[in-house]
Amino acid sequence: MIEPATAKQVHASNLQHEADSKTIFGFWVYLMTDCVLFASLFATYAVLRNNTFGGESASDLFSMPYVLVETLILLTSSFVCGLAMLAVHQRDKRKALISFAITALLGLTFLGMELYEFTHLVHEGNSWRESGFLSAFFTLVGTHGAHITVGLIWMGVMMLQLKKRGFTHGVTRRLTLLSLFWHFLDIVWIFIFTFVYLLGATNL
Amino acid sequence: MSKTVITSQHSTARGTHRSYVIGFVLSLLFTFIPYVLVTQGLVSGAALALLLVGFALAQLLVQLKFFIHLGHENGPRWNAVAFLFMVLVVGIVVVGSLWIMHNLNYNMMPNDMDHYMNEQQNSGGF
Repeated sequence: MIEPATAKQVHASNLQHEADSKTIFGFWVYLMTDCVLFASLFATYAVLRNNTFGGESASDLFSMPYVLVETLILLTSSFVCGLAMLAVHQRDKRKALISFAITALLGLTFLGMELYEFTHLVHEGNSWRESGFLSAFFTLVGTHGAHITVGLIWMGVMMLQLKKRGFTHGVTRRLTLLSLFWHFLDIVWIFIFTFVYLLGATNL
Repeated sequence: MSKTVITSQHSTARGTHRSYVIGFVLSLLFTFIPYVLVTQGLVSGAALALLLVGFALAQLLVQLKFFIHLGHENGPRWNAVAFLFMVLVVGIVVVGSLWIMHNLNYNMMPNDMDHYMNEQQNSGGF
């Protein structure tokens, strides 16, 4: 956005932007450490994926169509989150709120589907206690689900803040961080979808 | 008398509507193709594994570029540098872990007695 300004305003704005860019970079560094965390969970899963202890394996347990729907829902929510940020930069409050609401709704649907999958597995006797494979599966996918849960809570809080305070500097900055977080979670899911579910279905 | 303007500096780059749509469509494509490959059984074995990994990496790059806009920010690209360093650390952790665990798996495998007696003659190693 371009508007005429006094020298004092420009200076203050520049300081704020500098502080913002450090915060945003700092959050990005945190996301990079989260990647290392997920990578270690993936490596663990890779090692234990065939340790089914005589129980059911990935190809027995996972439903491909179900997981495809989950994947499409999360992907769409990441896309809509991008549109929400466009609305933020355009200072369109109504559009931003609606877009974040849709993002959150899709995220909640994803989470609901995942929780259903987990409860179904446990009720069938395939909990994380049963084998190394299942331990690794629940830890990896569950950690991602925990991140989604936190992201949804954050999104709820941010929608309230946006509604009440409008596009303040802090709100805009925090929405930027939230959208980074949300995109990151969809990226991690790409790898869960590929390595756990797709490769699991083929017993590779 | 000139007016000063506030221009926004961003440490994250911004997208356009177009970039998000392109990213979305490509991601959909890179999701459906692997899905069909697996569920229709069109490819198998190492070829399938390579293709799946390939499409996952492709979708990663698509989302990094079109959703996160990595590398498009103003000024020094510290985001991109941090990302590359993460890739290095992940490479070391994952490859190292898989190598070590594979090694342990092989070397710690229990043998039956006859096999053990024969093994005494041979050298160990991976």
